Amino acid sequence: MESDRLQKLYIDFASVVFREGFLDNQYTQLQQLQDESEPKFVLQVGTLFLEDSGKLINGLRSILDQQDVDFEKLDACVRKLMGSSASIGARRVKNVCMAFHNSCKKGSKEGCLKCLQQVAQEYLLVKRKLETLFKLETQILAAGGSVPLLSQ
Amino acid sequence: MAVDAEAQFHVLAVDDSLLDRKLIERLLKTSSFQVTTVDSGSKALEVLGLKEDQTSTPALSPEHNEIEVNLVITDYCMPGMTGYDLLKKIKESSSLKDIPVVIMSSENVPSRINRCLEEGAEEFFLKPVQLSDMRRLRPHILKGKHKEQQLHQEENSNTNHIIISSSNNNNMSNKRKAMDEEVLSERTRLRFSSSSLNVI
Repeated sequence: MESDRLQKLYIDFASVVFREGFLDNQYTQLQQLQDESEPKFVLQVGTLFLEDSGKLINGLRSILDQQDVDFEKLDACVRKLMGSSASIGARRVKNVCMAFHNSCKKGSKEGCLKCLQQVAQEYLLVKRKLETLFKLETQILAAGGSVPLLSQ
Repeated sequence: MAVDAEAQFHVLAVDDSLLDRKLIERLLKTSSFQVTTVDSGSKALEVLGLKEDQTSTPALSPEHNEIEVNLVITDYCMPGMTGYDLLKKIKESSSLKDIPVVIMSSENVPSRINRCLEEGAEEFFLKPVQLSDMRRLRPHILKGKHKEQQLHQEENSNTNHIIISSSNNNNMSNKRKAMDEEVLSERTRLRFSSSSLNVI
């Protein structure tokens, strides 16, 4: 049956995503909040995260482009990104944010630039994973199946 | 007037992050609360019927432009008015001070937590907020309603004028007398992140 095949594909793919630390149990929490009254909850929150984070990362880049880096402003932005990544369960992004936060506190421009590069990279990676998960989830629901809940 | 434990309570959620607003709204609705979300402390005060520079609501009847709010849950870090500032304004208002307030934050800072509790916050939730945290809200709402009931009973049975001290809410020991054991353990049991073993 089509939905069975898709569910297996989903579980296989998601297991790797979880194992490699791109997402954690917070993502599962979000799945549990989805039901018939809010069938697109995870998709909506996930899309919000991707949009917000993209803007935040661009913002970080422009602050670091300045001659005199405003580390407080930078840190405020990093903490926002850390917060949203924690809310969606994007663990690797959150971890880079923690290192980024420390570099901000130290006032290290070099450290911050390195972290920016890493966070941009992790963002792109988790973006691809999330988009694939969303696509599979939509297909499973369209085929009349239910989305398997994942656990770490 | 009995308090119906199954009654739908109305929670006002305050957070400047759209993502977090969506999340807290979903958590609250899933837990059978009625929800209003706003993105700032000043909007929260508007919903509560209080202008920023007022300390008491104007003499309007309750149905006029006001929704009854049973609990306020607010993010700590917000631009402009922080969650702490909002908490203070609520506790300083004669009409709003009995509304329970819960603070949320993504940062586990013991001094921040203490400051909020001392100012009268009922609880401090570490973000991301979980569904299990929602269970801790109802006791605070019911306790507030019970206090309201008691107040009405006292007013009705005494012929003498009762002076109610407005600093009662900040006095921890007075609060403890009014609380039963279950609520007390809810209040002191805080969520800490598993990576830090901070004991307050």
